[in-house]
Amino acid sequence: MATQTLTRPALRGTSATQLRQPRKKMTAGRAAVLAVAAILAVLWLIPFAWATVTAFKSETDAAAPKVSWIPPSGFTADAFVKVFQDGNIPLWTWNSLYTSAAITVITLAISALVAYALSRIDFRGKKVLMTVIIASIIIPPPVLIIPLFYQMVALHMIDTSWAIILPQVIHPAMVFVLKKFFDQIPPELEEAAVMDGASRMRIFTQIILPLSRPILAAVAIFVFISAWNNFLWPFISTNDGSILTLPVGLQTIKSAYGIQYAQNMASALLAALPLILVFLFFQRQIIKGVATTGLAGT
Amino acid sequence: MSSLATSESAEQAPSLPGQSRRNPSRCIQAKKSPFSTAQSSPRRTRDNLNGWGFAAPFLAFFLVFLVWPLLYGLYMSLTGKSLTGANDSLIGLANYAEALADADMWHSLGNTLYFTVISTVPLVLVALVMAALVNVGLPAQWLWRLSYFAPYLLASTVVSLFFSWMYNPQLGLINDSLAKIGLPKVAWLNDPNVAMWAIVIATLWWTVGFNFLLYLAAMQNVPAQHYEAASLDGAGAWRQFFSITLPQLTPTTVMIVLLQILASLKIFDQVYQMTAGGPAGSTRPVVQYIFETGFTGYRLGYSAAISYIFFGLIVAVSVMQFLIARRRSA
Repeated sequence: MATQTLTRPALRGTSATQLRQPRKKMTAGRAAVLAVAAILAVLWLIPFAWATVTAFKSETDAAAPKVSWIPPSGFTADAFVKVFQDGNIPLWTWNSLYTSAAITVITLAISALVAYALSRIDFRGKKVLMTVIIASIIIPPPVLIIPLFYQMVALHMIDTSWAIILPQVIHPAMVFVLKKFFDQIPPELEEAAVMDGASRMRIFTQIILPLSRPILAAVAIFVFISAWNNFLWPFISTNDGSILTLPVGLQTIKSAYGIQYAQNMASALLAALPLILVFLFFQRQIIKGVATTGLAGT
Repeated sequence: MSSLATSESAEQAPSLPGQSRRNPSRCIQAKKSPFSTAQSSPRRTRDNLNGWGFAAPFLAFFLVFLVWPLLYGLYMSLTGKSLTGANDSLIGLANYAEALADADMWHSLGNTLYFTVISTVPLVLVALVMAALVNVGLPAQWLWRLSYFAPYLLASTVVSLFFSWMYNPQLGLINDSLAKIGLPKVAWLNDPNVAMWAIVIATLWWTVGFNFLLYLAAMQNVPAQHYEAASLDGAGAWRQFFSITLPQLTPTTVMIVLLQILASLKIFDQVYQMTAGGPAGSTRPVVQYIFETGFTGYRLGYSAAISYIFFGLIVAVSVMQFLIARRRSA
């Protein structure tokens, strides 16, 4: 039901496209397009399908030399039961959830504040600050791992969630995205508030932020997805099994479960499930969010 | 002449006080707009305080977790620092000299560049094809978007588990399918000549959806009038795609290619998880070499030096991107 309402505007966009290219002429062409699109879609869904089929096999069937889509001894949820009994996947999911949520909240707060200053307030050194922030977009995270690790050791933060969270809240490109959005809000909307002597903070929280919901959502989506899936830094900064995030934890099961293919696939699917479910419900917002923030840089 | 000059100055003289009286008032009126630069010093002080106050939280994180490690890393690269704390003294550019003579460093840098080249082409082309197909106006838009974009939402480890399993030489789905159509089996992740391509295929499946979305968004912004005019002139769908859609997409394509190059240069996760850089170092990217010299070899200083060589490469590509983007907008 919810998904239907969400996709309606997209379909409306489609009919506009159809107007450009008259249907009559396109019948054969459209069939070909549909066929190619369908082949690509099948190719893109096969890894999911194969992982799912494997996850619902018994370990014996999964490791059978004869590859089968329908296992000889039938489907079973044993692998999922075992994975849940181990308890690691639910724990890692929770770790990923709260670290990613913390990263998203902190990133949004500090980025929106600085973006407002850059967009609206005339202060000494603003141009320099702007230049420095834009220039820092090019710094690739892998360059920082060695000194950052050393720094975290010195701060006694290695193997804590802080080590995962704190270095991930700096997204200079998102500051730039937010500033560009704030620039487009007409200043007249704030004038009355200024006349009444409202403080900058009040104007920011009561006028600017409510008008910026779409861009805040887009930035939040982008930051959350990248934090949820980040591997390199959480992998380096944590060792303790109880605080691992999902992507890092999964790396350890490969060696733990070894050749237990059904359990490997069950774990992978459970790890993939949360974001896929969120995507199913908020497809339009996520697609719009990624398209708005995407070109600003990753 | 002289009389004229005096009369002018005489005329100016009385008007001066009036002007100077009127000017400040005008000035104040012009500055009354709440957002223009205030000249009055309390206002300016308040703006300075507000500006830096709003910037402060971001700046604090920025300085501690970005600027400081960046500078400290540069310092480390000039020392013999190791995780065992053996030699902390400055050794000048010795690390850089060693890196430039290090065959393993060049090999890993070569692998990164090779991956960047062979992954960028399909990641842009396939994304363009997918977007063009969906943009024709197929039914069930959500289905296509979901199938092409969903893998982008997965963590690298999930992708690596999926593909390691499908690439399995004996039990894998891919070799089984090849055998069924009479093709020889391939040792996907175990053959030095094939492993990098196997990584590219997995990466294509994983991240092409992102470029697909950027292309689709750009295509939907092409004004419909262009197509209407072209159909009136009798241009078919192919013709319209090549002479309208593609040229209109040029700025998007330039951005996607450059972003993709920058993303591909940072390759690490999938390789580390699927092949650990093997077989025989044939897939080990430079980021993995940085990681290994630092955390397995414990040579932090040397590792930092390689990081900065890699950084130099990224900066060079970014500057190129900036110059191209500026020339386009000019």
